[in-house]
Amino acid sequence: MQSGRKIRVLIAKPGLDSHDRGAKVVARALRDAGMEVIYTGLRQTPEQIVETALQEDVDVIGLSILSGAHMALFPRIMELLKEKGLTDVVVFAGGIIPEEDIPELKKIGIKEVFGPGTPTETIIKYVLENAPKRR
Amino acid sequence: MVKIEEVVKGVLAGDKRSVARAITMVENSPEEAQSLIAAVYPNTGKAHILGLTGPGGSGKSTLIEKMIREYRRRGKTVGIIAVDPTSPFTGGAFLGDRIRMQELTTDDGVFIRSMATRNNPGGIAKATKDAVKILDASGKDVIIVETVGAGQSEVEIIKVAQTIIVIHAPGLGDEIQAIKAGIMEIADIFVINKADRENADKAVMDIQAMLQLDNKEKAWTPPIIKTVALTGEGVPQLIEKIEEHWRFLQKGLLHKRSLEKAEAELVEAIKDKVTSSIIKKLKREKRFEEILRRIVDREIDPVSAAEKLLDQILE
Ligand code: B12
Ligand SMILES: Nc1nc2c(ncn2[C@@H]2O[C@H](COP(=O)(O)OP(=O)(O)OP(=O)(O)O)[C@@H](O)[C@H]2O)c(=O)[nH]1
Repeated sequence: MQSGRKIRVLIAKPGLDSHDRGAKVVARALRDAGMEVIYTGLRQTPEQIVETALQEDVDVIGLSILSGAHMALFPRIMELLKEKGLTDVVVFAGGIIPEEDIPELKKIGIKEVFGPGTPTETIIKYVLENAPKRR
Repeated sequence: MVKIEEVVKGVLAGDKRSVARAITMVENSPEEAQSLIAAVYPNTGKAHILGLTGPGGSGKSTLIEKMIREYRRRGKTVGIIAVDPTSPFTGGAFLGDRIRMQELTTDDGVFIRSMATRNNPGGIAKATKDAVKILDASGKDVIIVETVGAGQSEVEIIKVAQTIIVIHAPGLGDEIQAIKAGIMEIADIFVINKADRENADKAVMDIQAMLQLDNKEKAWTPPIIKTVALTGEGVPQLIEKIEEHWRFLQKGLLHKRSLEKAEAELVEAIKDKVTSSIIKKLKREKRFEEILRRIVDREIDPVSAAEKLLDQILE
């Protein structure tokens, strides 16, 4: 019964940031690794991201942000996920996120953060190892 | 592990999380799909199911966004299944159709689900039919299925949808040629999108000419609607035509088509069940290996071997 299962990943771009190269690179890499990748497109509110994750029933959410607004947007996303009961979804992130912000982000439930220059193999390996085995 | 009964209860109550879970179940597991569909089936058959097909880049996703808005203005709830292809090499898929619909994601009367074909041929996934039933049972008034956009052989959609909309746009290379094969015959409504562009009228005329070639007597002649999906121009007229087709179907054709669909689904289910149970039984028997050996040794061909085995079983 496990054979039909595919890892479903949501790659989301929160806020007004329109740097989308990284998000697309990551989305393509995960697709080529055999996953089903849903991409939100640019300028998403936390509400839109969480609602999309719910409707698409994803296993993993990857947030891509280069605008510097992560400390404002990520906590709201994590709060909404909890509100909607999506606590088994693994959330990770990438983009321009200063080292000193990472401990705070991990505290609110962001599992991992990957900065510029991360090889896509590292990201694929991380998802394969950390996607929840919930069905 | 989620209990199926709980998911069913949620689906019938219109709970989005349950609907999402249910669709995952029908995608991943034939066993769960069977119990789930059995439980929700009595509550299906109320929605109007639309199929939207046409070549990539013709504007399907953009048009659907505008269609949803128009339906919402009319007080209807809408479910969308947007199908994109799975890579036959990696098994992965990039599902990007909903990008153009994201503004509607947080509307409680709208549910959008992306679905990969998982290598099912014909423009939709194997689970699309079941996912439509789940959305139907959850109370959506209108369900729109967006097929993958190759524009050639997406005719599987007729097994799922009641009103088929075939979309095309000027400037997509070999023009109307792209929707000739098979697709033309299944259209209930034609849309020429990107009517803001040159040559839109030529595309309309091409379709008209093609429709005139077909001189069979028809109770419904497919209308041709021009739209600009970017602005929403022509979309109210399109929805009007869709409603007109719905009323037309309800005059009798819908019942006839439902019977045909029921027959097709029943026959397919019987085929699946019979095949898998016979194969399972045969594989346990010695003569199965024996006959495989004989096929390899060219003592008997595969089709005659199958006939022989079946004759023995059905005796
Ligand atoms: C290219 C670029 C642009 C392009 C963007 C094109 C596009 N469509 O993406 C353009 C020219 C449009 C642009 C505009 C601007 N930019 Co700019 N831009 C860059 C630049 C040079 C490279 C970004 C990039 O594409 N890298 C390549 C990709 C592949 O790498 P990546 O995104 O980092 O992704 C990798 C990892 O971060 C990670 N990753 C990324 N996302 C995710 C998601 C997940 C889930 C995971 C696991 C991993 C992951 O994996 C990827 C692969 O390793 C950076 C500087 C830099 N070196 O990063 C500045 C930079 C991001 N921009 C910056 C700024 C300020 C701007 C502007 C505001 C400039 C202005 N004043 O107009 C505008 C804002 C535009 C907007 N509305 O958002 C700043 C941001 C500063 C900050 N955050 O504090 C930077 C850091 C430059 C700087 N040093 O000041 N920019
Ligand atoms: N000029 C013009 N462009 C349009 C119109 N409708 C859609 N487009 C553009 O056409 C492109 C393709 O639109 P989509 O909605 O993604 O088309 P699609 O048929 O869903 O494409 P696939 O998902 O690849 O099958 C986009 O760049 C749209 O902005 C229109 O009415 N006029």
